[in-house]
Amino acid sequence: MWDYIKLVMLGVVALFAAIAASYARDLAYQVHAVIIMLVAGGMFLWTLRHTDEPKPATPIGYMDGPIRAGVIATAFWGAVGFLAGTFIAFQLAFPVLNFEWAQGYANFGRLRPLHTSAVIFAFGGNALICTSFYIVQRTSAARLWGGNTAWFVFWGYNLFIVLAATGYLLGSTQSKEYAEPEWYVDIWLTIVWLAYLAVFLGTILNRKEKHIYVANWFLLSFIVTVAMLHVINNLSLPVSIFGSRSVQLFAGVQDAMTQWWYGHNAVGFFLTAGFLGMMYYFVPKQAERPVFSYKLSIIHFWALIFLYIWAGPHHLHYTALPDWASTLGMVFSIVLWMPSWGGMINGLMTLSGAWDKLRTDPIIRMMVISIGFYGMSTFEGPMMSIRAVNSLSHYTDWTIGHVHSGALGWNGMITFGALYFLTPRLWNRERLYSLQLVNAHFWLATIGIVLYAAAMWVTGIMEGLMWREVDANGFLVNSFADTVAAKFPMYVVRGLGGVLYLAGALIMCYNLWMTVRRAPAKQADPSMVPAE
Amino acid sequence: METYSFLREFADSWMLLFLFTFFVGVIFWVFRPGASKEHEDIANIPFRNEDKPAGDQDETSPDATTKEAWK
Repeated sequence: MWDYIKLVMLGVVALFAAIAASYARDLAYQVHAVIIMLVAGGMFLWTLRHTDEPKPATPIGYMDGPIRAGVIATAFWGAVGFLAGTFIAFQLAFPVLNFEWAQGYANFGRLRPLHTSAVIFAFGGNALICTSFYIVQRTSAARLWGGNTAWFVFWGYNLFIVLAATGYLLGSTQSKEYAEPEWYVDIWLTIVWLAYLAVFLGTILNRKEKHIYVANWFLLSFIVTVAMLHVINNLSLPVSIFGSRSVQLFAGVQDAMTQWWYGHNAVGFFLTAGFLGMMYYFVPKQAERPVFSYKLSIIHFWALIFLYIWAGPHHLHYTALPDWASTLGMVFSIVLWMPSWGGMINGLMTLSGAWDKLRTDPIIRMMVISIGFYGMSTFEGPMMSIRAVNSLSHYTDWTIGHVHSGALGWNGMITFGALYFLTPRLWNRERLYSLQLVNAHFWLATIGIVLYAAAMWVTGIMEGLMWREVDANGFLVNSFADTVAAKFPMYVVRGLGGVLYLAGALIMCYNLWMTVRRAPAKQADPSMVPAE
Repeated sequence: METYSFLREFADSWMLLFLFTFFVGVIFWVFRPGASKEHEDIANIPFRNEDKPAGDQDETSPDATTKEAWK
């Protein structure tokens, strides 16, 4: 019966997409309608060929298929996102790379949201979805809830990414940073996200353990909060059902505040709470000892979610936003030092008594440096939120350096560690193909981040000082173009840092690929069980 | 009273009090007597059920015997 409902739904969607493609008011919408038509049509045929087949027996064991697919997607999107970032870094250093023949499609303005969405939502999002599916099953001792819904989440989320990425290149954007996709892509993501919430929550409700492990608390808060942020920040009215343009419901300073309430909590809950869930599972697993203090992890959780939600207004210092609101955001940002460093200490001290592993295990080294970068960027962030510091740092490259020490250092490194942890287990391999290559990846990535962050500190502070420099008569000394010219050497160094980071990621992809292809299979026989 | 003023006043008073009390309550709850034993058990969840869900099969999983190996 379900097959027939599915056939009707897919048929209607494909038909509507075909109509929409021919009535389309803009190119991006037309291309998206064609993509949706092909996907729905293909799934229609596939479902049709498999209708009324006998259903296989209810599978038992953990559901690892979507997790394997997620690991592949994470590695792939990571390489794509880092490549796009490195390319646009060189576009800033050498404007000639904004090719004349690709104007309007592949210039910096179009590629920049492609890069940010590819690394945050495609690389980070796939990493979060697949690791959360892994963690919630192992810590609940239950199979993923909802059967193939997990597959729907994986493919639906990646369809969202394809729609978003093609949309940026073709000019479909609502001009909200990190929330660029237009209304129909937003609606699709909402559907996929609610399915994700259902799978995750259903598994937790089915759990065989009495308690919910702390990693699941962080992951659940990430899923719930992102759903709330996404829906409220994307409240808009489409101009036409056959076009990609829409009008925001909020206007002026309310819209700005909503945007940065969204934007900062995307950092707080997507890039922090979600990845902390990964930290609280993979660091203890790789260190083979439980988390340093479970009490601290509970306080870390409640303090983080109570504070983060208020920090958004620090993005709007010296704007039309009332002073009390931006002061509130600033104060909460500074209070965030406490839970952030509490969490960092908890992660690092998990290794107490096992520090020797740092010498022998490059994977734990990767996780430890990611926690180090978490501590560093959560120190830098509150400092930059102070109004006086912000007057120097805002709109300069310092912000970009801060974001990248967090994203490359914390999110990137913990994800690499998780991928190295997961691949041998998911493909039933004895070990990774090569630990030397992990080591090479570690150093390439670390040196890349150092080059990147150092270059951006120098150029950011220089730029900020040049902008505010006035002569004895109160006239500005530097024109904007002067600052751009002065930044050239640092832009080249930043690009080189990106090249190193990308090279490390490509080595990782090779290593993971060879692990699946070449590493010896794990012995299935539990002959190693010690006598009881 | 207009909605803005009402919400503003509510947020500044009762809601603030509620959130603050809740947070302090969490801290006291974490340090309640007898919690340490429970927390130690929860902290070891990742070292159980690595290969299959609990109750799938009866045989003792290899993890159940090695879970204390870290000690």
